[in-house]
Amino acid sequence: MSVEQKVKEIIMDELGVEEAAVVPAASFINDLGADSLATVELVMKFEDEFDIKIEEEDAEKITTVGSAIEFIKKQLGE
Amino acid sequence: MKRRVVVTGMGIFTQTGKNVEEFYNNLLNGVSGISRIERFDTSEMSVQIAGEIKNYEPESYFERNEAKRLDRFTQYALIAAEGAIKDSGLNLDSIDRNKFAVITASGIGGMETFQANQKLIMEKGPRRVSPLFIPMMISDIAAGRISIKWDLKGPNYSLTSACASSGHAIGTAYRTIQYGDADFAICGGAEAVITDLAIAGFANMKALSTRNNEPEKASRPFDKDRDGFVMGEGSGMLILEEYEHAVKRGARIYAEMAGIGFSGDAKDIVAPDPEGDGAKRAMLSAVADAGIKPEDIDHINTHGTATPTGDYAETVGIKKAFGEHAYKIAINSTKSMTGHLLGAAGAVELIGTIKAVQTDTVHPTVNLDNPDLPVCDLDYTPHKFAKRTVRYAISNTFGFGGHNSSILVKKFEG
Repeated sequence: MSVEQKVKEIIMDELGVEEAAVVPAASFINDLGADSLATVELVMKFEDEFDIKIEEEDAEKITTVGSAIEFIKKQLGE
Repeated sequence: MKRRVVVTGMGIFTQTGKNVEEFYNNLLNGVSGISRIERFDTSEMSVQIAGEIKNYEPESYFERNEAKRLDRFTQYALIAAEGAIKDSGLNLDSIDRNKFAVITASGIGGMETFQANQKLIMEKGPRRVSPLFIPMMISDIAAGRISIKWDLKGPNYSLTSACASSGHAIGTAYRTIQYGDADFAICGGAEAVITDLAIAGFANMKALSTRNNEPEKASRPFDKDRDGFVMGEGSGMLILEEYEHAVKRGARIYAEMAGIGFSGDAKDIVAPDPEGDGAKRAMLSAVADAGIKPEDIDHINTHGTATPTGDYAETVGIKKAFGEHAYKIAINSTKSMTGHLLGAAGAVELIGTIKAVQTDTVHPTVNLDNPDLPVCDLDYTPHKFAKRTVRYAISNTFGFGGHNSSILVKKFEG
């Protein structure tokens, strides 16, 4: 499964949203109904699922679907 | 100037009943909600039975993503609250939501959430503790969640006094309306601690019955073979409403709140005062608060947990409070069928008490085969329900810490 697809599926599962809403520009809080606690959970899930570590200052910048995909790809050296 | 307060809605979620009608029918028919625990492996446990809610699927009541952010006790609270609000017939859009109080109770709070996160920190380290751990676990969160779900903006909090918690919550809600701080209140309790850790803790106190092979017979209040209480779980919620408002809107009124009595034993952290002094003072305070005489009490729904010491202490307290009249009172224990719902017990049992007042039927105490004489010689309504005129009734709850609560309700007579 591609990074994009996996990220999307994690977001759909964590936030309970439909795939059509999970577009790169979608903001977790403004568009996908997350609150601040849900965004923390989401980052934890990314760490677990991709076996990476996301530092707090990086986590703060992961606010949209696109920024999550981009950051994770970079971490994985893709 | 104190205002009159009536009960206009009730909701319940327990193994003994998922709505008030089912609950009271089961109580009248002596149907036990106690069975072997299925939720976790009990093979190593001395106690393997509880009033566990079977076949519970959170997704039947909540969106999946909502459910995973709610500890089980909060789920139960929300389900019972929804039942109570619907039952009241209140149109929330036509009332002042700033005058709607939410006062709930839980003896312990989010025990499952606590254990799950303890496991995470042990196995995966502090970075894996859920950001929702605290807001799911704290015992007040049910009150917060109820207020958010129905946009209720009056006084809002939760209180804790172990097994007396929801008695205190309901009594406090009553006062809140009496003195005008609110016109409506949803009040009650929720508990969900059928977990290995909690059961082990209560079992090691020797507080629980170990009659594992006869679950339905394990909770035996006032019986000479009783050997402790049986854990229950679930929630009960009531809608209290200022009398004039309830009458004006033509509400169905179950009963009138008549008085409350709270007291402290100041003796022991877990054992009740063997002299029953705290229990006596709570009941007599409620009688005085209602402005009636002890002889006016027709029915007492006891705390009646089926612990050897507790049932003695309460019986002694009733005799001291009521003298010879104690023998004329129809007494029972809801816990003989539900088990002990800790912080939800007061609410669940007050619902039973109110149904007795409303219908003049007193549900039985099941399993009372041989009353523990000579102390336990009152009329505990063994085995079969009793038709009795019930004008004034008391519901008792007592908690570890020596907290005593007596709630006195009165037949609604206009």
